[in-house]
Amino acid sequence: MKKLSKFRRHKFATPVLILVALSSLGFTFSAATAAPAKSSMAASAKSTLVEEGKRLFLKGCSSCHGLNAEGGSIAPSLIGVGAASVDFQVGTGRMPMADMSQQAMRKKPIYNEEETAALAAYVASLAPGPASLTNEEITWERDGNAAEGGELFRTNCAMCHNFAAQGGALTQGKYAPTLMGVEPKHIYEAMITGPQSMPVFSDKTITPEEKLSIIKWIKAAEAEPNLGGASLGRVGPVTEGLLVWTFGLGLLIGIAVWLASKAR
Amino acid sequence: MANELAPLSDPGLPKHVHRKADSDPVAEKRAEQQVAILFALSGLGTILFIYSYIFIKTDLFVFLPILGETNAHQLGLGMGLTIALLGIGFGAVHWAKTLMSDTEVIAERHEFRSSDEDRADFVDTVKERAAEAGLGRRSLIKRTLALSVGLVGLSPLLLLRDLGPLPKDDLSKTSWRTGTRLVTDPGDRPIKASDLEVGAVAQVLPELRPGQERTLEDIGKDAVLLIRLRPEEFQLDAERKSWTHEGIIAFSKICSHMGCAVALYEQQTKHLLCPCHQSTFDVTRAAKVIFGPAARPLPQLAITVDANGYLIAQQPFTESVGPSYWERSS
Amino acid sequence: MTARERVAGTVANYVDERTGAAKWMKKNLTKVFPDHWSFMLGEIALYSFVILLLSGTFLTFWFDPSMKEVVYNGSYMPLKNVEMSAAYASTLHISFDVRGGLLMRQIHHWAALIFMAAIVVHLLRVFFTGAFRKPREFNWLLGIGLLTLGIVEGFLGYSLPDDLLSGTGIRIAQAIIQALPVVGSYLSFFAFGGAFPGEAFIPRIYTVHILLLPGIFLALITVHLMLVWYQKHTQYPGPGRTEKNVVGYPLMPVYMAKAGGFFFIVFGVTAFLGAVASINPIWLYGPYTPGQISAGSQPDWYMGWLDGLVRMAPPLETHAFGHTISWNILIPGLIIPGILFTGMALYPFIESWITGDKREHHLLDRPRNVPNRTALGAMSLTFMIVALINGGNDIIATHFSLTINQIMWFTRFGLIILPPLAFVITKRICLSLQRADRELVLHGRETGRLVMLPHGEFVEVHEPLSAEKKWTLTQHEQLPAIALEQQDSRGVINPKGFRAKLQARFSAANAEVVAKPTAEEVKQLESDHH
Repeated sequence: MKKLSKFRRHKFATPVLILVALSSLGFTFSAATAAPAKSSMAASAKSTLVEEGKRLFLKGCSSCHGLNAEGGSIAPSLIGVGAASVDFQVGTGRMPMADMSQQAMRKKPIYNEEETAALAAYVASLAPGPASLTNEEITWERDGNAAEGGELFRTNCAMCHNFAAQGGALTQGKYAPTLMGVEPKHIYEAMITGPQSMPVFSDKTITPEEKLSIIKWIKAAEAEPNLGGASLGRVGPVTEGLLVWTFGLGLLIGIAVWLASKAR
Repeated sequence: MANELAPLSDPGLPKHVHRKADSDPVAEKRAEQQVAILFALSGLGTILFIYSYIFIKTDLFVFLPILGETNAHQLGLGMGLTIALLGIGFGAVHWAKTLMSDTEVIAERHEFRSSDEDRADFVDTVKERAAEAGLGRRSLIKRTLALSVGLVGLSPLLLLRDLGPLPKDDLSKTSWRTGTRLVTDPGDRPIKASDLEVGAVAQVLPELRPGQERTLEDIGKDAVLLIRLRPEEFQLDAERKSWTHEGIIAFSKICSHMGCAVALYEQQTKHLLCPCHQSTFDVTRAAKVIFGPAARPLPQLAITVDANGYLIAQQPFTESVGPSYWERSS
Repeated sequence: MTARERVAGTVANYVDERTGAAKWMKKNLTKVFPDHWSFMLGEIALYSFVILLLSGTFLTFWFDPSMKEVVYNGSYMPLKNVEMSAAYASTLHISFDVRGGLLMRQIHHWAALIFMAAIVVHLLRVFFTGAFRKPREFNWLLGIGLLTLGIVEGFLGYSLPDDLLSGTGIRIAQAIIQALPVVGSYLSFFAFGGAFPGEAFIPRIYTVHILLLPGIFLALITVHLMLVWYQKHTQYPGPGRTEKNVVGYPLMPVYMAKAGGFFFIVFGVTAFLGAVASINPIWLYGPYTPGQISAGSQPDWYMGWLDGLVRMAPPLETHAFGHTISWNILIPGLIIPGILFTGMALYPFIESWITGDKREHHLLDRPRNVPNRTALGAMSLTFMIVALINGGNDIIATHFSLTINQIMWFTRFGLIILPPLAFVITKRICLSLQRADRELVLHGRETGRLVMLPHGEFVEVHEPLSAEKKWTLTQHEQLPAIALEQQDSRGVINPKGFRAKLQARFSAANAEVVAKPTAEEVKQLESDHH
């Protein structure tokens, strides 16, 4: 302790103390809110997928969605939502919801693929609903047409997700998330199940082939390098104007100050 | 509080402070070399520019920090040009700052006001010559001159008449007629009521008549959004309820505020959001405005099904779609 | 005589015999310009204009201003076989199939954004230093004209490619035209050659954008610069600087080198932005059709405040006698901007009426010494910034986890509450700074060094200011307020009673300053200390 007190009046003492306090606060908080440990598949190898799904459901989902998935005041009923909904919500980490905010956020899933499949099988057993798909079944590369997909995207998706699928604002703090880095099956499942604020895009109004084209366009946009330089977020004139007023004018005015100052 | 007592006096220009290069020949030489280096750098920039144009393939991409995957051709051209220009610029400014004289020079300002004599002369000249022209007393000339100049000046405006047709009733008519089928946009496929699940939306347009081409002007008035809710979720009067079919409701997609496409449907709240100015419409109450600057709800298209189950319009829109205008009566 | 001198002499002789150039060249080559970085902001705008002309001319060699529908067949695959206008297709062609095309497009657009930003900071500098006072009122009007035309020119320019984002902007503009009472629908049909979008608009705005407005700009900028040249540039107050002189450097060689060099620097920085930062990626927006829209649609920043005002407008519309007036469009779109810009244009005349000052001014004001004007400027700036924030409310909402509804309500109230707040705070800051100046002059600079006097007292050493610094801090004028004469000596009531009362009120508020120290006070203090 005596050694430390030597630095009591050091000019960096205050900032270092603040840093230590903030860090310890931060670590404590993240440790306390860490996701629960991954549940392991039960040792009972005899249980079927549906039974396993029910077990997982009762443990991790029923507190909000009801013991029979009938829903309640804080969570909707899951009867009839189909395996596709579960695959999407659980597979993208949206469920279980971390906090009761406006919208479920995409985050690291806490259930692995087998557990997700079990949950999906259980929910599908409750009532008929859209079936989940695998990435292999979504043959977007072979069967999709990127240019057509772009037209479809701009007519049906861009008004929420923005022209480059970067996401956009909805009312009251809800938002359409970015589609960058989303698995093809999750994009497909979202279109057919209409999660939270997103509407449903029926197979008759946007055919399965058209859905593949949309996915192909999204993947092409994701892979497309920024052709003119750094992209500034692909959100349009707001960030462009911000760059001009900070970097652009800042640099030019800085140079003007140098220009008019006396040389040594 | 004003202070009109004697201010401090002006001590005059401060003493000139010399720069290193003014007195020290070594510093002067160094400054010269620095300027020369900057100009030479500019030359290198131009070489990079020319090299990039001729030799770097337009489809070559390189990965760079911060910029990510970058087009090398574009970057080479751009950075070449940048260095070429900045080299000259910084060189010239550095030259002026370090080597050209920086002793401040004083110049006198002269009063703008002309001398009283000049002014008097001017006034006299104008008076004399105006009297010669005689506009003052020749009122007939004055009036006919004004008339002729005014006429020839304004009449060419008449030529602007052919800039466009008169609106007539264009703003109040769309392509929707009784029995027009709703078709998907894009794709032009007719839609059955059973094609839509609860919570689904579809972008629709009126089916084209044989031989008809669809123009952007048509889309700008005909675009319609189809939404399916559960029938019990509607809070509509009897008439508007009759314009829906088994929970399917149709609205003009053209915002009643300033004409953007309103297609942002929030399935859980049943609200439509226009992304331009954030007008929000409540679908369950016939697109009533609940937030934002729009003053009118979106016009509702009355729909039903035909004998084959395809969705059709019952009648044209009962009001004009799109933004308001003077002749719009409601 | 060297060979070079001989050649130069021949050329000079040739020109002078035909134009008499030697006399005015000699006068102008030695013209003095004051050197301060804040005088270069207008130069940034001027050079950006030149860059726009150069890069714009390049673009016109490939751009096709036609709205005829074509099917895309260029090298950008995600738009293959998509139907679009020829204008959009030609812009794609410039971006992907013309070498250097994308670079030039980006330089052109970045230059436009910098042009407008430079005009705004230049306007702020001129306003806050009072450079618009007599004899420069007309130059101020020209400047406001250039600002307004610049906004229009920029809007027309980025609308030319006919992409989804700018096409939406045109739709908004068309809705404003259509909303005009009585003539709206006719003007809209004339402007667009029929119903929106039609096929006439882009070819027509092309002519305005590349011919009409640049021509007007060239003329206005020339007069603007000629006035600066003829009236001589203003200068900051300081030792040796008076209302009757200009202190600085001569045109040749110093100013030519610095200003010329600065042109290359502005061009170089713009080229740098064009090289490394993507702007207006129209291939991602897609071609315009009225049935599509993107989330987060905004105009370029210099129109963002208009968009913000429209977004926060209350939903007011009047329906009477079979007609509609859309106040929700006319007020934020035309009436408020009209009031703002008219106020800006008339300001020099309003201020000279308030102060009663009809003299020439060539020495600039330090903003703190004119607290009312500075506070008014801060108030207007606050208004614009609040409106601008609302223009980007959806982007701000998604990036800062707020809601568009919150931001809209905040800016609705903020527009009314924050500007007066800014006024009061700025004025108080100015008065405090004046007080601080007064203390500096009277008591010198606090050095932070403590000295113990023999009898044990600790004092802080104050370093007296130099004579030059003292002068700079006290040379400003402090005019008295205009007294209100309700009645003259014979009891006749002032016929301009209301206007005079208003003038006296404003004048009194304007004259609220901290009294600057006088020579006597300083002398007295100096003798006290010694």
